[in-house]
Amino acid sequence: MSRIIRIVRLALKSLMLHKLRSGLTMLGIVFGVFSVIAMLAIGEGASAQAQKQVLELGATNVIVRSVKPPHEVTQSSTRSRVLQYGLLRSDYKILTETLPTITSAAPIREVDREIRYLKEAMNARVVGCTADYLDMNHLTLSQGRFLTGSDQQKLLNVAVIANEVANSLFKFEDPLGKSIRIGAMFYTVVGVTKDRTASAAIGGSLSGQDYNKDVYIPIKTLQAREGDLDIKNQAGSMTAEHIELNQITLRVNNKDSVLPTAQAIRETLDQSHPRTKDYAVVVPLELLKQAEQIRMIFNVVLGSIAAISLVVGGIGIMNIMLATVTERTREIGVRRALGARQRDIIEQFLTETIVLAGSGGMIGVIFGLLTPITFLGIQWFVQNFVMEGSSAGSEVGRMFFDLQPQIAFWSLPVAFGISVTIGIISGIYPAISAARLDPIEALRHE
Amino acid sequence: MKLAAQVVDLTKFYDLGSVVVKALKGVSTDFPEGDFVAIMGSSGSGKSTMLNLLGALDRPTSGQYILGGRDVSTLDDDELSEMRNDMIGFIFQSFNLISQYTVLENIEVPLLYRAGYPAIGRVEREWCMELARMVGLGDRMDHRPFQLSGGQQQRVSIARALVNDPQIILADEPTGNLDSATEAEIMDILHNLNSEGRTIIMVTHEPGIAKQTKRQIVMKDGLIESETILQQAVPAS
Repeated sequence: MSRIIRIVRLALKSLMLHKLRSGLTMLGIVFGVFSVIAMLAIGEGASAQAQKQVLELGATNVIVRSVKPPHEVTQSSTRSRVLQYGLLRSDYKILTETLPTITSAAPIREVDREIRYLKEAMNARVVGCTADYLDMNHLTLSQGRFLTGSDQQKLLNVAVIANEVANSLFKFEDPLGKSIRIGAMFYTVVGVTKDRTASAAIGGSLSGQDYNKDVYIPIKTLQAREGDLDIKNQAGSMTAEHIELNQITLRVNNKDSVLPTAQAIRETLDQSHPRTKDYAVVVPLELLKQAEQIRMIFNVVLGSIAAISLVVGGIGIMNIMLATVTERTREIGVRRALGARQRDIIEQFLTETIVLAGSGGMIGVIFGLLTPITFLGIQWFVQNFVMEGSSAGSEVGRMFFDLQPQIAFWSLPVAFGISVTIGIISGIYPAISAARLDPIEALRHE
Repeated sequence: MKLAAQVVDLTKFYDLGSVVVKALKGVSTDFPEGDFVAIMGSSGSGKSTMLNLLGALDRPTSGQYILGGRDVSTLDDDELSEMRNDMIGFIFQSFNLISQYTVLENIEVPLLYRAGYPAIGRVEREWCMELARMVGLGDRMDHRPFQLSGGQQQRVSIARALVNDPQIILADEPTGNLDSATEAEIMDILHNLNSEGRTIIMVTHEPGIAKQTKRQIVMKDGLIESETILQQAVPAS
């Protein structure tokens, strides 16, 4: 043991002789280890972000959404000027009545309407939904109550508004109990939801949702008051769409039956929508698995990029050590003359590279631990200099700014171990060539 | 008379492909304990080859070199290293100190490579300090080689040569890089060591230095040309 300490001490002494050179050599390993840890942390953070999003959708949920079919198909299938597509109330009935694994189902109908209160007006998404909507979308109330079953049955004109809507319509008043106008009808505000971070788009089949400009009313009320026909005036042209339901969120009794149930849902809908595929089935659990796969690929790609920098660092070490061996040929000769065996010389040079790579690795690990802070800096930089306000709000921008690197603690010993291994690999050739020197030649070397 | 070392019909040929250089063509001589020998000769006479063989840095082509009761010519590389560590103390013309080490650490270097790697403890450190004091560097143990004069550096290398209490001390032109004043100081130290009973073999081409020894061996063309005994070797009592 004391011998190892001695060898390491002597190695440190030799390395300290050329502080700048040793430092620069070490830098390669420092950056290599740092980038391995940082890349994995970013990958891990991205995956955690994706997982969180998917879990917000609910791991036991299956979401069926209406999708506008491609243009050509719609023209050939329907001659009328009213575009009719999407999920039907009969679909909802069939699904909930035939599939025993479904415990609850929440139909949703969405329309865009102007909301008015006295002189204030704003455009909002009016969501016709049931009492389950609150839980299924992880919304919380800041005041009042959410919609109830009796609201549905009595077709009451009641509305729950999101915080942003409440703030812009009721600047100085308590919204509870006030009447707001949606379209042509008046509704009584019974509750206000708290702000909720918008969900990001996932997998292309589910667009992102901003929950903060919503108005919730009972779905039966919506159907009764607004009907299924949705007429929009857009830049002079008029489009009319006939949609019964925009979305059905189905909750399955346990995780294991999610995938078979999703399959059954697809088959059922296939039969009731034989001509066009005007719906999409989104299974968060599937997305979770996809996200997992993406994470794997992400980690491999980022990891290999980082590994390349480690290898480059290793080559740097080998380069310097070869130069060092040439420079210290005389010293090697002296040591050999004074009784050092070949093994001793190998040991000496190998120890130097291991100490070099090891301390580089250690510093790299410390830098790696600071990744979250570094990333905050990068986010700040991007926000202020790269992305201007508008693009920062885009999907990609939001994903980037929400990303929090999570250090994978297994990556610390792994990255450190790799750096030491690279130290050994890149040190072994110079060390052996040092030991193979003929002592007489080495002593004569100038 | 007890022998410190002995060479018997030693030859060394270098095969350079087209020609075979016969650097030593059969040299025999005895080195009794307490001897102080100067090996002289012009360049190409084989004195460097002789020194390399005596220093166990190389193996002879034929012949025997007996050191400490073992025939060096039959040893492998590791055993040669052990031999150099244990039996031989080197003093070089250009001092050859390790630049990143202090005086004391330089003296310790041979201790690092002792067989079995025993720890360097208090006793060894005391011994190194004593050697430093003996060569007059008691107040400079923490200095680095570049902070020392040539004469002082050579004293360090003498102390280093003594640290493992060697059978023979090999000095390769120990005063070649020094002015005459320091040359005298170094020679004084070597005389003192010899009078303590240490066997010293010195290569030199300065007759003035050679005259201060007990025996001169003059080499020419790979053979001993002449041998002059100035004084009988006196082994330590």
